[in-house]
Amino acid sequence: MSSTRTVPATPAPAPGPASAAPGRRPPVQWGRVALHAGCAAALLVMLYPLAWLVATSFKPADEVVASLRLLPGRLEWSNYTTAMEGLEGVSVWQLLGNSLLVSGGAVLGNVLSCSLAAYAFARLRFRMRGPLFAFMIATIMLPHHAVLIPQYIVFNQLGMVNTYWPMVLPKFLATDAFFVFLIVQFMRGLPRELEEAARIDGCGPFRSFLRVVLPLTRPALITTAIFTFIWTWNDFFTQLIYLFEPQKFTLTLALRSFVDASSQSAFGPMFAMSVFALLPIVLFFLAFQRFLVEGMANSGIKG
Amino acid sequence: MSITTRTPARPARLRDGPRAPGGRAKRRPRREREGAAWVFLSPWVLGAAVLTLLPMAVSLYLSFTDYDMFEPPSFVGLRNYTQMFTEDPRYWRSVTTTLLYVVIAVPLQLALALAVALALKSVRRGKGFYRSAFYAPSLLGASMSIALVWRALFNDGGTVDDLLSRAGLDIGGWVNQPGWALLAVALLTVWQFGAPMVIFLAGLQQIPTELYEAASVDGAGRWRQFVSVTLPMLSPVLFFNLVLQTIQAFQVFTPAFAVSGGRGGPADSTLFYTLYLYDRGFTASHMGYASAMAWVLLLAVAAVTAVLFRTSRSWVFYAAEEDR
Repeated sequence: MSSTRTVPATPAPAPGPASAAPGRRPPVQWGRVALHAGCAAALLVMLYPLAWLVATSFKPADEVVASLRLLPGRLEWSNYTTAMEGLEGVSVWQLLGNSLLVSGGAVLGNVLSCSLAAYAFARLRFRMRGPLFAFMIATIMLPHHAVLIPQYIVFNQLGMVNTYWPMVLPKFLATDAFFVFLIVQFMRGLPRELEEAARIDGCGPFRSFLRVVLPLTRPALITTAIFTFIWTWNDFFTQLIYLFEPQKFTLTLALRSFVDASSQSAFGPMFAMSVFALLPIVLFFLAFQRFLVEGMANSGIKG
Repeated sequence: MSITTRTPARPARLRDGPRAPGGRAKRRPRREREGAAWVFLSPWVLGAAVLTLLPMAVSLYLSFTDYDMFEPPSFVGLRNYTQMFTEDPRYWRSVTTTLLYVVIAVPLQLALALAVALALKSVRRGKGFYRSAFYAPSLLGASMSIALVWRALFNDGGTVDDLLSRAGLDIGGWVNQPGWALLAVALLTVWQFGAPMVIFLAGLQQIPTELYEAASVDGAGRWRQFVSVTLPMLSPVLFFNLVLQTIQAFQVFTPAFAVSGGRGGPADSTLFYTLYLYDRGFTASHMGYASAMAWVLLLAVAAVTAVLFRTSRSWVFYAAEEDR
């Protein structure tokens, strides 16, 4: 949709049979029909697992593996009531609240710290800017696991294991270099004249950042916020090593208890909880998909 | 590029307005401005130092020690490394598993992403819808929920397994069979082709249409145009996707954890590198050994990236650098 806006000129229609004489119905473009049919078929295959998840979360235990039918024969709401009870006495609402706390904190941290660092890299001059920028880019490629164990040891020494600090604190220190890069790219595309005008009016770098640059950077900040939310929400590994008390569990981590369960009777509640854990991401995606898709598209193109 | 097009330069009003009288446009001294830059940078500098560089140094040190988190680390020289390379078959199992997975999943994923991007490029109505819908799995696929769905779909009697056995291919549950289990995880990665697809699509739209017109005037057919125009013009984007997806693939964890019940089974066939690292470090409390593994992973990823960059000189084509 919006992508077409950024395209300077869509290719002119082929000067063949497509540009039929006025008044006559244009012939059916079978190539185009086939293309849409192919896309739609691919889409059905792609989205099948999601449909299956929702359908299975309503299936009674005996139906889960018994048939290939997607839709449940009868709706089994008890899957959801079982899932709502949560885990070891911790209700699903608390799990949801914990997840929101972690992801919300991470969003706040990333938006603040990454935009600050990005402004310095995009607009300000300082010694070692080139090497530091190169280092920042290099950390995008750094495997998370290379720093995992010492970070764990540090957080352990600080008594922060089994708290949310290890998931939130690093975000306030701009460790997600990908987002610094994303915002730098965006800021470089902003016209410099606005900041120059602000400087002439007596704005220092801080006011200029707050009043001029930051409001214009909003699309990139929204992209950062949504990606941070979803990635933190899904970050099973970090939650797995840092949280061990059920009271502190997130929704993602609560699903871990189903990993070992192989009995069919656990299937319904497991997928009911899965739907619950996936729902916020789906909602965020539906609400902000333009920012996400555009943000991802721009990340690959050198600005 | 498209960033600039989305925020049209509108400085006219400000530029035409009366300039501030000469005296007010004072230039701040250079040192003061540099100080401001460091204020903006301070969170990042602190994070890079304390949460990136220091941990890297510490884990390098720990990789030469025996450390279980309770007793202080004791120096053992290269023993972790020699044990890893010469005495630990499970380690090699995790290396081959991960490499096999990367080699299967990444090319398949990128090929599919490119194919769908090419198809979507010529779709006019509903392009935005398709683009978003194909992209959705990239966001959802990393979740534990989907990993559990995957396990069920590919399990004995699951939809995929059932359909295949009706078609005469009786596997008996992908997740129970060594070899097939790895393929199931790889297919989950392929399923998430949306992110590279979106990047391909953006790249395709940057290719000037004159090039295609010129090519077709010269009598180039569709295939020729693809090989001689699309591929070279798209090669920087292809390279970007290749590097990014490869690095990510080396670090896959959640689906392997879910499919294998957290243990890397069956018969260690889904014992991914990260899964084994987790097992050594956090289940068996061999932090020194796990640190050594982390460093080997870091060096391996750096080496692979360096090789990709080195080969890129011969196939990545940067047209009109100054335009970008």
